[in-house]
Amino acid sequence: MSERRTIAVTVNGARHEVSVPVRLTLADFLRHHLRLTGTHLGCEHGVCGACTVLFDGRSARSCLMLAVQADGHEVTTVEGLAPDGNTLHPLQQAFHDHHGLQCGFCTPGMLITLVELLRDNPAPSEADIRVGISGNLCRCTGYHNIVVAALEAAKRMRSDDGCQRSDVRSQMSDDGKHPTSDLRPPTSDL
Amino acid sequence: MKPPAFSYHDPRSVADVVGLLARLDNAKLLAGGQSLMPMLNMRFVLPDHLIDLNRVDGLSYIREQNGAPDIGAIEIGAMTRQRDIEFSDLVRRRCPLLAEAVGQVGHRQTRNRGTLGGSLCHLDPAAELVTVAAALDATVTVAGKNGARGIDFAAFPAAYMTPALAPDELLTAATFPCWPAGHGYAFVEFSRRHGDFAIVSAAALIEQDRNGKVTRAALTLGGMGPAPLRAREVEAALLGETIEDKRLREVCESLRQLDAVDDIHAPASYRRQLATVLSRRALVKAHERIGARA
Repeated sequence: MSERRTIAVTVNGARHEVSVPVRLTLADFLRHHLRLTGTHLGCEHGVCGACTVLFDGRSARSCLMLAVQADGHEVTTVEGLAPDGNTLHPLQQAFHDHHGLQCGFCTPGMLITLVELLRDNPAPSEADIRVGISGNLCRCTGYHNIVVAALEAAKRMRSDDGCQRSDVRSQMSDDGKHPTSDLRPPTSDL
Repeated sequence: MKPPAFSYHDPRSVADVVGLLARLDNAKLLAGGQSLMPMLNMRFVLPDHLIDLNRVDGLSYIREQNGAPDIGAIEIGAMTRQRDIEFSDLVRRRCPLLAEAVGQVGHRQTRNRGTLGGSLCHLDPAAELVTVAAALDATVTVAGKNGARGIDFAAFPAAYMTPALAPDELLTAATFPCWPAGHGYAFVEFSRRHGDFAIVSAAALIEQDRNGKVTRAALTLGGMGPAPLRAREVEAALLGETIEDKRLREVCESLRQLDAVDDIHAPASYRRQLATVLSRRALVKAHERIGARA
């Protein structure tokens, strides 16, 4: 027995009409039916955050949703972040510049989670970012540079200059403590 | 395919849900899916029918019920996302304990999907929203084939993770009575990792008179047993008292006598220790907030 339904979903701006088994998860739909394998599956029970996508603009774990639930809705995956084939999203660029990814497995979930976070809070503190990504596990334990990259991306996105590269590291104090005070948001912005 | 095979239903009204529940055997309601979906993926539950509540109209709202000036209650629809409760000005202003607790539920991604009703019906004894519902003496509204009825939250847990619902009933809303403006509140918890269910949590609410004597107190512990526990002896012992450290230590020390579960996460003795410490912290924090405007 495998009941099916036809669903119409907009993924990264493109509309797809597909017949799917009702018990198919959204994550497996994206990976196996649409071949969008950028969304990674780690634990498949909602703990690791690797499969995070934007569902109608809000981050959600795609392993904890059914594809049929996306009928009539919009999904954004990591493939939908870069504006074109030659330009990275400012967050992706900052991850690249600051070694924000090691093995890369957690990266799609980290990026999607941070896209939402920076949209809702364009001037996050380091603590805001650490809490924000607390639902995303990085088994390389590369959190330090992910946080550095996110702060740098936030700064670039605030100055509306996604291409400018600057080095957060050079602004850190010698004991490796970061971020420096100029990366912290002025409270009046909040 | 991770989940087991099931028939999928996505009704549009509460009446249709009740009709399906009455007609179908071995049916499960799917709310935000942040607990049920993992259980399906791991095949801990094997329903023949899955009734998805996400397209049911009219179950997502936060509204004020009028009462005496300053009091009243907040009614929240069962399918309201935890994230919407977290960002509600009304909740922050009138029910700050709920606002503080919901921010400690899971992570941003799970709060975006997770619902109030799903959490209350899943009834994990360590869940923040379950503890808050007990702390505020909430009432849940359920719909069934004989219409709607209210259940005091104290009577809602029938057994471990089992709500007192008939097979054809669903939870449609929960009503949280507000405390007067300026009351003290605090929700504190201990968990091994940020975003986990609490091992033990404590919710404190305090009102005091002009002389600093406690006129009303509520202390609720989550994670100690199959349902949240109201520490009635502590509440009674605080009445007429001035909150000060030595007295709080004495009063909270009595919590070491409570029954507590022993499980893989912590032995009962450790839970008793947490109950004692977290209760004191919650009461101190609640006391410090008395009079502060939200």
